[in-house]
Amino acid sequence: MAMIELKKLVKSYGRTDIIHGIDLEIKDGEFVVFVGPSGCGKSTTLRMIAGLEEVSGGEICIGGTLVNDMDPKERNIAMVFQNYAIYPHMSVRQNIAFGLYTAKMSRQDKDKRVSEAAETLGLTQYLDRRPAALSGGQRQRVAIGRAMVRSPSAFLFDEPLSNLDAQLRAQMRIEIKALHQRLGTTIVYVTHDQVEAMTMADRIVVMNGGHILQAGAPMDLYENPVDVFTARFIGSPSMNIVQGREGADGITSDPGGNLKLGIRPQDLLVNQPVPDPVLTLSGPVTVVEPLGHETLVHFQAAGQTVIGTAPGGQAPAVGSQVTAALPRGRLYTFDATSEKSLGRK
Amino acid sequence: MTSPPKAPTPPFASLPFARVRPGKIITWTLLFIGGVMMVTPLLFMFSTSLKTSGQIYDLRLIPADPTIQNYVTVLADGRFLKWFMNSMLIATVVTLSNLFFDSLVGYTLAKFEFRGRKLIFIAILSTLMIPTEMLVIPWYLMSANLGWLDSYWGIMFPGMMTAFGTFLMKQFFEGVPNDFLEAARIDGLNEFEIWWKIAMPLVTPALSALAIFTFLGNWTAFFWPLIVTTSPELYTLPIGLTSFAVEQSIQWEMIMTGAALATIPTLVIFLALQRYIVRGVMLAGLKG
Repeated sequence: MAMIELKKLVKSYGRTDIIHGIDLEIKDGEFVVFVGPSGCGKSTTLRMIAGLEEVSGGEICIGGTLVNDMDPKERNIAMVFQNYAIYPHMSVRQNIAFGLYTAKMSRQDKDKRVSEAAETLGLTQYLDRRPAALSGGQRQRVAIGRAMVRSPSAFLFDEPLSNLDAQLRAQMRIEIKALHQRLGTTIVYVTHDQVEAMTMADRIVVMNGGHILQAGAPMDLYENPVDVFTARFIGSPSMNIVQGREGADGITSDPGGNLKLGIRPQDLLVNQPVPDPVLTLSGPVTVVEPLGHETLVHFQAAGQTVIGTAPGGQAPAVGSQVTAALPRGRLYTFDATSEKSLGRK
Repeated sequence: MTSPPKAPTPPFASLPFARVRPGKIITWTLLFIGGVMMVTPLLFMFSTSLKTSGQIYDLRLIPADPTIQNYVTVLADGRFLKWFMNSMLIATVVTLSNLFFDSLVGYTLAKFEFRGRKLIFIAILSTLMIPTEMLVIPWYLMSANLGWLDSYWGIMFPGMMTAFGTFLMKQFFEGVPNDFLEAARIDGLNEFEIWWKIAMPLVTPALSALAIFTFLGNWTAFFWPLIVTTSPELYTLPIGLTSFAVEQSIQWEMIMTGAALATIPTLVIFLALQRYIVRGVMLAGLKG
């Protein structure tokens, strides 16, 4: 296990900077998730930690050792790829054992490690199969097994679940989280799926345009986003952003206002009594999404589509007029120009 | 309510060929003609090898009085086995050399970024446009100056690495996902091991095709071995078989017997490797 430090880390391709001097300290045993849209630099950062990309500037330290010029194999890290990258010409056993390729240990010890990893991941009965005979989830487990056997100082995961179907993804999320709790090894995990980030991370690092926008505990990011981008990226469905202003009569929506008002769909209660609401929006319903326990109601208000929530059994009809209210303390305000947070109202 | 009348059944509708479209019939006919054109010379070769010298110009496909005496004679002749082994040695060494060097260079050009990479590739590719006849004189002069005339090495050196093989392997290696190579780097393999243990097994179809082309090309090579060798003990099979054509007569039955025997290794190579050509395993380790 090891602490990973990124100090003024820069990555450039030619004259184009991709990563703009980021600083981050990942604690020993911490599960950190890099999240952000495609092209934000999260995978590049992970690949620099792995040693698969050269560092253009700054430092990467793993376990207190500067690793900028070390080969991947010297860094004692293990990586699980988006495409699994398990070797198709080898059996599951050989694939997992390949993680111990450079390990100086006896054949018996290697076999023992492989068996233990296979047992942990439920792969024992597939050890002699080739990857072609495995399902997507099993292949991903083999990739994790190959990483596990080495007892690395850190695991790096590069969007490992993005090729799995929704059910399998949910299952693997739990398995990876359980694995982290059992092994206690530092994990750096890259994803563009905020649900993965929220459910798995000890700490989420939100990236955009090669910068770290915010790093913090999942609920901290959810409750206290520093800007509009983070606010919209964390939470599902995305936060509604409505232009508005604050006047003597309180906060109101206003297309020419100097504020951006952030409203989580879960907080915007449709056709429900809310005492002393901080904001009220009304308009015709355009789309209704019944989710069972609640209903997402899309309606037109403040010149745009806004999403609110109604109780599960009370879906309003499409075209009907609804009124939605936001309880006090649940309105996020941002400066309309800088999009930086101005706190909650 | 009455059911609508049934359409009349076309004649021969129940026969297996009744639903075959005319286009397919033309295709099959052309393929059949092509097949016959290719197989007939081979059949005549085997047929002639079973005839006596007096029956050579009897063009019946099945000999009136077949004999294996020609095979006994050719195999008992020590020269034939020597030529056979020479061809086998040369074709095998050149094939292995091509598999090694062509794939090594192809991999380097496909997977490494370095200055001049494209220039090197274009330079290698441009040699494909030079006909062998133009290269023979420089090869000969080079062999003469280096003392390689009339030697195994002299026969083999021009084909030890080929532009075609390099091009073929580069194209296939470009299709190998980088994730495999990066996973191997993290697993601790050095670059040579990554090429040998990870990348090479993923391009077995290309290696098989290259092995077949190279082996066949060298097994049947005539022009360069004829020029570079003078000693009969260094003759390859195609050169050796010409010695059955002497001044007074051409022993067609012997030439055909030798040629028939010469097809055996090529058949073995093709049958052994063709299954690897059709077996594409590369994507099996990636997303399902």
